Amino acid sequence: MSGTAVAAHDSGHEAHPTSTGLNSRKMVFWAFIGSECMLFGSLIATYLVYRGRDKVGPHPHEILNIPFTSFSAFVLLMSSLTMVLALAAVQRGNKRGTQIWLAATALLGMVFVGGQCYEFTEFYLEGLKLQTNLFGATFYVLTGFHGTHVTVGVIWLWSLFILAGKGKLGPGQSLDVEICGLYWHFVDVVWIAIFTLIYLIQ
Amino acid sequence: MSEHKGAQPEGHGHPGAKEYLGIAVILTVITAIEVAVFYVPSLKPILIPTLLILSAIKFALVVMFYMHLKFDHKLFSWLFVVPMLLAVAVITALLKLFGVF
Repeated sequence: MSGTAVAAHDSGHEAHPTSTGLNSRKMVFWAFIGSECMLFGSLIATYLVYRGRDKVGPHPHEILNIPFTSFSAFVLLMSSLTMVLALAAVQRGNKRGTQIWLAATALLGMVFVGGQCYEFTEFYLEGLKLQTNLFGATFYVLTGFHGTHVTVGVIWLWSLFILAGKGKLGPGQSLDVEICGLYWHFVDVVWIAIFTLIYLIQ
Repeated sequence: MSEHKGAQPEGHGHPGAKEYLGIAVILTVITAIEVAVFYVPSLKPILIPTLLILSAIKFALVVMFYMHLKFDHKLFSWLFVVPMLLAVAVITALLKLFGVF
C-alpha cells in the first residue's frame, strides 16, 4: 500500500492525500512532543544546575519521600499499560473495553495527581515554599509543570470516555485515542526521567 | 472487519495485549530494581550510572512499544529523537558550564 493511501486510510477524518504520505495530525503531534522534550529538558537542566547550591533548607535528602514517589511512578507506568489497552480496544471496535481502559487510565492519572498534591502539601508544611530556596523554586516548577500535563491528559481521557459512551469513538476514530496515548506516554517517560534524576540521584 | 483494518495506524503489526503486559512487567521490575539499588549502601559508587542505564531502558521500552516508534514510520522517530538529543545536549552543556562535572 502506498504511503498516501495509508495516510488516507488511517484517519477517520482525513480523506485527502498528504505530501509526505503520512497522517498530518500524527506528524504535527510528534513535532509537538519534540518541542515538549525541549521544554522539560530546560526545566530538568535548571533543576540540576542549581542542585546543592542552597544556602538554607529544607534540602532534597531531608524531604523527598522515595517509597511514596516510587508508588506514584508505578501508578503512572501502569496507566501507560491501560492506555495502550484502550487503543487496542478501540481498534478492535470494543466499545466497552475502550471505556473501561480509558476510565482506568484517567483514574490512575488522578491518583498520580492526588499523590502530587499530597506531596506538595507535605513539603509546604515542612517549610519548603516556591521562594524558600533554589531547590523549592526549581522542584515546584519542574514537577508542577509535569503535574499540569498529567491533569490536561486526565481531562482529555475523560473527554474521550464521554465520546466513547455516545458511540462517537469507533475504529474509524482510533487515531484520536492514539494521539491522546502519545501524549500520555510522553508524560510517563518524562516522569521516568524526573524520578531518576530528581528523586533517586540526590 | 474491513473497518477494523482501516483503523490501523501507519505502522503495521503493533504488539498485542500479551506483549503490552510483558512490557509492563519488565517496567515494574526495573522500577523495583531502581528503588532497591537506591537503598543499597555498597552500590553507592555505581549508583548514578546504574540508575541512568535502568531509566534509559524504561524510557526506550515505553517509546518503542507503547508509543509504537519501533513499528511506525521512521520520520516520527526523527521528530522525537532529534529534539530529545538536543535537550540532552543542552542539559549536558549547562551542567558543564556551571561546573557540576
